[in-house]
Order: sequence, then C-alpha cells, then structure tokens
Amino acid sequence: MNPELVLPILIPLTAGALSLAFWRSVRLQRMLAVIATGLLLGSGVWLMRSTIEQGFLVAEMGSWPAPFSIVLVSDMLGAIMIVLTGIIGLAIAIYSLASTPRGHEKFGYYPLMHLLLAGVAGAFLTGDIFNLFVWFEVMLLASFALLTLGGERAQMEGAIKYVTLNLFSSAIFLSAVGLLYGMVGTLNMADIAQKLNSVEDPGMVTVVSLMFMMSFGIKAAAFPLFFWLPASYHTPQVAVSALFAGLLTKVGVYALYRVFTLIFTQDVAYTHTILLWAAALTMLTGVLGAAAQFEFRRILSFHIVSQIGYMLLGLALFTPLALIGGVFYIMHHIIVKTNLFLVSGITYRLLGSYELKDLGGVYRQRPYLALLFLIPALSLAGIPPLSGFFAKFIVVRASLEASEYVITAIALLVGLLTLYSMIKIWAEVFWKKVPEHVADVSRLNGDVKDKHNWAYYVPVVGLAMCTLIIGLYGQPVYVLAETAANQLMNPQLYIEAVLGGQSK
Amino acid sequence: METMMAYVVGVLFAAGIYMMLRRSIVKLVIGLIILSNAANLLIFVVSGLTRGAPPLIPDGANEVVGAVADPLPQALILTAIVIAFSVLAFAVVLIRRAYEVVGTDDLDKMKDTDT
Repeated sequence: MNPELVLPILIPLTAGALSLAFWRSVRLQRMLAVIATGLLLGSGVWLMRSTIEQGFLVAEMGSWPAPFSIVLVSDMLGAIMIVLTGIIGLAIAIYSLASTPRGHEKFGYYPLMHLLLAGVAGAFLTGDIFNLFVWFEVMLLASFALLTLGGERAQMEGAIKYVTLNLFSSAIFLSAVGLLYGMVGTLNMADIAQKLNSVEDPGMVTVVSLMFMMSFGIKAAAFPLFFWLPASYHTPQVAVSALFAGLLTKVGVYALYRVFTLIFTQDVAYTHTILLWAAALTMLTGVLGAAAQFEFRRILSFHIVSQIGYMLLGLALFTPLALIGGVFYIMHHIIVKTNLFLVSGITYRLLGSYELKDLGGVYRQRPYLALLFLIPALSLAGIPPLSGFFAKFIVVRASLEASEYVITAIALLVGLLTLYSMIKIWAEVFWKKVPEHVADVSRLNGDVKDKHNWAYYVPVVGLAMCTLIIGLYGQPVYVLAETAANQLMNPQLYIEAVLGGQSK
Repeated sequence: METMMAYVVGVLFAAGIYMMLRRSIVKLVIGLIILSNAANLLIFVVSGLTRGAPPLIPDGANEVVGAVADPLPQALILTAIVIAFSVLAFAVVLIRRAYEVVGTDDLDKMKDTDT
C-alpha cells in the first residue's frame, strides 16, 4: 500500500472538513488553504517520484483483489495531472488570500475549493469507471457552488447553463456505465478493457464508446458541445474562473485520454476519426469566437475551447508522438491558462473593468505586469522558447507525420489567430492610452495598496516561471510526457499492473 | 418484462429531453430529474432483471446457491440516487435564486452571458 497514492485525495478532503469545522474563523481557513494545497503539491511530487521509479502504483481499497475492489491507480499521466493539480491549487489558494471578497470567504469558499480539488484528484487517480462518475459529481457539486458564490445576475444565468449541461452529461455518462456493465459485468477499467475485446457485439461497444465521447466531450467543452463554457466561465470572481479554466475542462480531456486509449481501442478508425474532426472544429470555432470578443475573460474563455482542440488532436491522431504532444499540451495549458486569468484579475483590480475598451495604459504604469502577461500570452500563441511552442510543435509534427495536412493547416492557422487575439489584448489593455471616458484614472496612478498585495503577484510570477522552465528545460518534461504516452499506447501494461495484483 | 422496461426507459429519456427543451427553468429541472431516473432504470434493466432471487447467501453457506440477483447494479443505483438527490437540492435552490435575481423563469430571456 503506497500512502502517496491516497494522500492527494485525503489531504484536500481532510482540509475541506477542517475548514468546515473552522467555519467562523476565516483566518484559520486561509492558513489551512495554503498549507493544505502546499501539502497536496508535495504529495503530488512524491507520487510522481514513486511513479517514475515503479512504473505503476496500484492500491486496492479494502484489501480485496483487483477486479472486485475499487482500485486507485497512478500511471505517468495520472501523476502528472496530480502534480499540476497541486501547482494550480497552491497558486489559487495564495491568490485567493488577496482577491476573494469577504462575503465569499464567509460562505464557504475555502471548503468548496478543497472539495473541488479532492474531486479532481480522485478523478485522476481512480481505476474504476463508476468511481470516476462519483468523483466527477464531487467535483461538479463543488464547482456549482463556487460558480454561484456571490449571486449576481450573470452568475445565475451562467450557472443555469453550466449546471444543466453538466447534469445532462452526467446522465449520459451514467447510462453509458450501465450499458457497459451490462455487457462485461465489471467496473474495473483494466478488467473492462480486457473483457471488451471478447464481446460478441462490437457495434454495441462502438455505441457505448460514443456515449462516453459525448459525455466527456461536454465536460471538456469540445465542438459542438462547448457553448456552456463561454457562457459561464467568465461570471464568477477571478480566482474561481482561473481554477475552473485550469483544471475542470482538463478533467474531461483526461477522461477522454484514459477511456479512448485504455478501453475503447477496438474501432479506432471510426471513433478517432470523429475525435479528429471534433478536434479540428473545436480549435477553429474557439479561436474565431475569441476573435469576435472584446471582454478580457471572455476572450480567454473562448481560448480554452480552442486549446482543448489541440489536446483532442493529440488523442485523435493516436500515434506515440501525437500522444506525447497531447500530454505536453495539457501540462502547458493548465499552467498558462490559469496564469492568464490571474493576470486579468490584477488588471481588473487596477482599472475596475474587464471590457477592453475601458482598459488601457497598464504598460506605462506597471511594465513588469505587462511582462508577466506577455509570458503566458505568447506561450499560449506558441512563440518559442516558451512552453506553448514545444507543445504546438509536437502536435503539428505528429499530424504532419500522420499525413493529415488539412488538420495541420487548421492547427497552424489557429496558432496565428491565437497570436492575433493575444496581441489584441496586449494592445488594448497594456499599450494604448487610458481611454478618455474612463474617469477614475487615479486608481491606476495612485498605488492601490490593500493588504496582501504580494498575494496577487506571487502565484502569477510562480506560474510564469513554470512556463519558462517548461520552455527552456523542455527535455525532462518531454521525457515525462513520453513515458506517459508510452504507457497510454500500451494498455496491456496498465491491465497487467492492475490485475497482476491478484496473485499477491 | 425486459422489453417493456426497455420501452419505459426509452419513453423516460424522451420525456426528460423534451422537458429540458422547454423554456421554463422549472420544467428544465423536472426534465433533469426524469433523465437521471431514466439512467438509473437503464442500469437496472441492462444488468438483467431477476425475479424473486435476493442477492443473499444462505445461513452457514460460503457461496451463493441457485439463482441470485446481482447486487452491484443496485449499489450503483443507490449511489446515483443519492448524488442525483443532492444535485437536485442544489438545482432547486439555484432556480429559486435565479428567479429572484433575474426576475423571470424564461430561459430565452437569460441571454446576458451568451455571446
């Protein structure tokens, strides 16, 4: 039994419970948030180290042998995601110290954040398809409450769309799990993967796989199922937006990676072609939507959609190189997108608006902040030597090797359009003069000095450093992604690791 | 029996989706409830209906004897019901608050956050 495998789930759960116990003391909750997310990151790194050393970590709950018990499994992909969860959790916890309004903190902001992280970590580590559903729901319930915290009109409207679409997706997921159980009589993912190959009705397997694709596609905001995302992600306060943008959609992508490399590899020609076109259209619609927007966080929200397309592209091509690219892209994007949202929060605090036409002149006042925006923005657009360049490069190269020239062209075009909308933000927010109709210029000139001012900048600088490190020292990260992709390409390894424990 | 249940599941799904497509948020939530019940019933049906065979081991025996029902789908449904219940509780509070804040229950009038 490896404790590091359970800790990423236990730490946020315990922290959530403790935060609830300290309901009256916001100070204790704040301290606990930073400590617990720091511990989460630590346990993630520990998990990563053990996973590198031992390949797969498997823990069987309740000491029952594998197909009967609920298992927690950590392979390279899972470990990478857990580390990223820790990084984002810590960044958000620190940022929240400064940015979260008092009222939100009093209404359970920190417990909800911990429970969200617990749900995300559980989804990354579980090896049981029904438990995946349960962790999804844990995560969703926490996210529903976080999204509506504050109760403004826009939040309510966004939340109704978000809640409806996610519940619909959960219903499809549950039905698909039921049908799968009816076919193979097991819920352990490794066991399902093994038994699905001998199912007498392969058409039914494809139908179920498409149900999973739809359900996870909604959660990942893939074309044509993404409309809830730009309608809701920009409505909550900025730390919540950043947390959602970094982690939540990526859980859907992770689930797609897990299910479509491990379980549904019978009819790759059919399912992965659908994924391929979904990926292409996701990239294109997302970036075109962003080009039409003039609100900071809406642009960023649409860019989540378009970047999801690249990750799906990595999965859809289904070659080792493409999977490396996809995993690399996930790593890069979680960090960069969270960072961009956090920067948008800082400019909002300085100028009191997210509308591009009301913003301006930040470069003159805060040149370092402008630099901190440029790092993730250019990384998102794929400018070398930042992390996004390598991520895009690997995916594009993989699609060239697979002779999918149309897709390659789309991916490159989307890269250009991404650069366009990042430059639009740069020009409007940082470069142009403060517009004349903005009365309260003094807010920018006078130093806005609340307490915890540093808490705004520490996470932004930290995440920018991560981007730079992934860009400049890409090789070790590439090796991690390569190991993850190798494990994904050989589901037999996973199956043996999980079910081989029977003889113990 | 199973054929009939299959039709019931199909009708429930259709009804749930139809309700979700209506404009009122109350009907939307009713649609979601029907949908989650349809999914639960689906699990129940696809895992095989067994009549009059409880999933129990006789006293003193180590193994099942004769026909038994599979207890796992029932555990799944039980979990799903609990989750659906909590989600429903949240959704009801949400639509009430939304109605108070937005002042309408017409989904077509909630377009502020759309693009």
